Amino acid sequence: MIKGGNRNTAKLLMERSVPDRVGSVLPALDVPEQPLPDRALLRDDLALPEVSEPEVVQYFTGLSQLNYSIDTHFYPLGSCTMKYNPKINDEVAFWPGFAGIHPLQPPELAQGALELLWRLQGFLQEITGMAGVSLATLAGAHGELAGVLMIRACHLARGDTARRKMAIPDSAHGTNPASAAMAGFEVVTLPSDKAGNVDLAALRQLAGPDLAGVMITLPSTLGLFDTHIVEVCRIVHQAGGLVYGDGANMNALLGRVKLGDLGFDVAHLNLHKTFSTPHGGGGPGAGPVCCVESLLPYLAAPVVARGGDGPDYTYRLMTPEASIGKVSAFHGNFGVLVRAYTYIRTLGEAGIRSISANAVLNANYILQALKDTYHLPYDRRCMHEVVFSADWQKARGVSGLEIAKRLLDYGFYAPTMYFPLIVPEALMIEPTESETRETLDAFIQALRDIDREITDNPDLVRQAPHSTPVTRLDEARAARQPNLRWRRERSGSEYP
Amino acid sequence: MPFQSHYIPNTQQEQAEMLATLGLSSIDELFLDIPQEHRNPSLDLPPPMSELEIQRELGGLAARNRPLGSGPSFLGAGSYHHFIPAIVKALMTRGEFLTAYTPYQPEASQGTLQVIYEFQTLVSNLYGMEVANAGMYDGATSLAEGALMACRVTRRSQVAVSDTVSPACVEVIRTYCQPQGIAVDLVRHWDPQVTSQTACLVAQYPNFYGSIEDIAGLARLAHGQEALLVLSADPTAMGLLQSPGHYDADIVTGEGQPLGIPPSFGGPYLGLFTCKQQYIRQMPSRLVGRTVDRLGRTGYVLTLQTREQHIRRERATSNICTNEALFALAATIYLAALGKQGLKQVAELCYHKAHYAAARIAELPGYSLPFQRGAFFQEFVAQCPAPPAEINRRLLERNILGGLDLSGPVYRPLLPPAVDKGMLLCVTEMNTRADIDALVAALGELG
Amino acid sequence: MNPDDRKYTKEHEWVKLENARTGLALVGITHYAQDQLGDIVYFDLPKPGASLKQLQKMGEVESVKAVSDLFSPVTGQVVETNPELGSHPELANHDPFNAGWLLRVTIAGAGELQKLMSAAEYDAFIGGLH
Repeated sequence: MIKGGNRNTAKLLMERSVPDRVGSVLPALDVPEQPLPDRALLRDDLALPEVSEPEVVQYFTGLSQLNYSIDTHFYPLGSCTMKYNPKINDEVAFWPGFAGIHPLQPPELAQGALELLWRLQGFLQEITGMAGVSLATLAGAHGELAGVLMIRACHLARGDTARRKMAIPDSAHGTNPASAAMAGFEVVTLPSDKAGNVDLAALRQLAGPDLAGVMITLPSTLGLFDTHIVEVCRIVHQAGGLVYGDGANMNALLGRVKLGDLGFDVAHLNLHKTFSTPHGGGGPGAGPVCCVESLLPYLAAPVVARGGDGPDYTYRLMTPEASIGKVSAFHGNFGVLVRAYTYIRTLGEAGIRSISANAVLNANYILQALKDTYHLPYDRRCMHEVVFSADWQKARGVSGLEIAKRLLDYGFYAPTMYFPLIVPEALMIEPTESETRETLDAFIQALRDIDREITDNPDLVRQAPHSTPVTRLDEARAARQPNLRWRRERSGSEYP
Repeated sequence: MPFQSHYIPNTQQEQAEMLATLGLSSIDELFLDIPQEHRNPSLDLPPPMSELEIQRELGGLAARNRPLGSGPSFLGAGSYHHFIPAIVKALMTRGEFLTAYTPYQPEASQGTLQVIYEFQTLVSNLYGMEVANAGMYDGATSLAEGALMACRVTRRSQVAVSDTVSPACVEVIRTYCQPQGIAVDLVRHWDPQVTSQTACLVAQYPNFYGSIEDIAGLARLAHGQEALLVLSADPTAMGLLQSPGHYDADIVTGEGQPLGIPPSFGGPYLGLFTCKQQYIRQMPSRLVGRTVDRLGRTGYVLTLQTREQHIRRERATSNICTNEALFALAATIYLAALGKQGLKQVAELCYHKAHYAAARIAELPGYSLPFQRGAFFQEFVAQCPAPPAEINRRLLERNILGGLDLSGPVYRPLLPPAVDKGMLLCVTEMNTRADIDALVAALGELG
Repeated sequence: MNPDDRKYTKEHEWVKLENARTGLALVGITHYAQDQLGDIVYFDLPKPGASLKQLQKMGEVESVKAVSDLFSPVTGQVVETNPELGSHPELANHDPFNAGWLLRVTIAGAGELQKLMSAAEYDAFIGGLH
């Protein structure tokens, strides 16, 4: 849909700027003007746009309409758990009683907020079967960093300085090795076996006095529950290591199994996945870290503690005794935590179990319907997501990427492509529990139709997408000559 | 009848039909890969709640907090109370922005991508720097990543942090640096020791106590040893003060919260991160670039992704993935709405009101401004005649939220011995003259 | 297809002796390498004066979504890097054996070249990779 005039989004803010237009009016100064500092300290080069309020609204509204989103499109992006984001959660997070609290105001003026956090710690503890939680970490990868720093701190506290290695499966998200490296570990790769589980023989080889721990995603990024998981934890523990759990895929496990029961020592949860807080185009998230009793002293600061008796409980922030320290300026992404609390409280015990039931059911429904059309490299029951390979289609001349792009034309966001790395032409589909069977059926039909198109009219698929605001973009050009900000064109050159 | 959530469409009947397509008869059969002894554990969570009930419960919790808007507030210290135009929330909560994922499929994400390109442009301009990334978690982690980046650029592993940097930020820098074997030394801001082993000098502009330091001098000092100058700079102050780029800073970070983001008990906030163009391959986090599509039309993509964890894994410039895109959007809308004149006006309002307040407080018997000889922006330290905690308690009786108590164990050792009852006060455009006069009157009575 | 005036590594680099007396040689990546990489967007190469060791990592090449290590085919010293590659890394895609060369080096000893593959051997080697 093309829009005319200023509602067209082609022009950027600085290109729209007209001297002396204003986008907001501020109160006049109501105190006597004070002497300014030395002129040399003051700037006269502030380059910000000059646009009126209607233009700002029209421009950003127009931009929003260029996006696919959960509210407008089915978003089966594997490993991202793009489920419905309840509106009530957003509404309450903006209430002045939550959004208006200063992080450093005295705790007695924030008892409601602290109690909410304390209760959320309890909910997450119960869901994971762990002994304690820190809510201070601001995203999944941030939680990973805090978690592996706890493993490091724990070994060092025992005087065990030899544990330099962190073992990570070949199917893991890139954040796992990156987080381990930031925590100073040497990363070693743990292969998967033919069934998609951790290769136990390889793990036994690695499990020695230099192994600090392993980072396990459960279910794995292949969408599979590792049937060896208890043995994995036992081998690592016997070698003196600790087991980290990447909770990115917890949607499959809610109420079905607790990580603590399986032998995990420390794990993070992605509230912006499993607990429905909106992804916002790339954050904010929250990555609370949950751990067993022995790791409690190392949790990131702060955690919320409760004191006092009966109805007069008081809540305060505290630093665990051997904390890895602060990982952010304040106490975590509170606004995200309010949303997750609201979500868990709304669903309750029965609703939480219903999430995993329907997320896993929907994924298996898609698996069953498409396994004759798309190659299923691990032909077993999947959990919340199913990983196909488009290698049958690739043999007919069309890649997984092209199939994903073609799905955009059918009005569906694309699955995760080329991940996990161990599946060639991977298409990773995660429907979540919040989609109707009608939507799943339409999506299944679209993937069958595309498969037929590959035979009948392969160029239609290879050139896709056709119906989006732009077609395939030249990413090589973007990387070769990075243009990362707008600059006024002068004398024919974009870079004055 | 079993519980049916309004967020989950499948009915019992539909579940049964879908299970039948799999040859199954119960949900439990989907989970047989889980070891039986651990399957379906007890789950001690409260029962489900209706939306009406949850509103009541949360209303009760919210009522037990004192929001900044409920009375005059003079608390800053890293989180600031500023005016937020209504359009910021109205636009950022549009479902198309709110419920989109990271823009990995550019054809279906041009809205988010163009917003980030705008964000990079405006943040670069704000700091007078060549390149900005798509954002970090918050100001503290952004500064810590700036220090790590300086170590990569210089191939050195010592970081000198000025003692006027926010103590919370210093702690985050330590958390991030020490596991990688990087030494973090706190240096005196009036005589920072920078050697040929120093990767970077880290400072704050204006500093944690509100004062404006000689940034040009710090840059000369760092560059004299081929070290980088890494700054944390308050974005609101950039409406008035020379940009860090003007002083030749190498990496400039900041807490983006003042740009249209509510205080929200400390998060979600927004890390700003900028640097000189020559260092972009060592930058953490996402970057959006401008390019063209097959038909030659302008479009935007994530670019230079080989720096990032999903490609370079353990050798990535950072592990950061999901960050704060929604609040980068908020900041972009805020900067567009305030614009060139508006941000300058906000900065001037903060400056004049803070200086008015400081001058009035300095006249009160028993109060003094220990750092008043230097220039400051919107925050200043007042040495009080009584313990700040006591003064704050009595201000609250008048419904005034006072400043940060600097007499405790975290701040006290960082300050000159004479500043033993310091209070860090912040005045912004949200404080009316009546608020300031009420504060001054109350301090006068208490002093 | 692979020119027989030069030697090849199993990591898909080539080295071509320009002047046997001075030991000056050019180093680049093969057609096969650029084809596997796809659109090349960036080279991280050693600076002039840097020492190279045969079959040790000497730099990196990046395509849009991948990073690969580059290995030096010889022991020696870097004389210059291809000045065109900074702004036009795609030269290594379009003309990997000529205009898309990476480094000019001085070789420490010509004997090392004997450890590398001839064009015919390299043809056979990449034939076996499919």
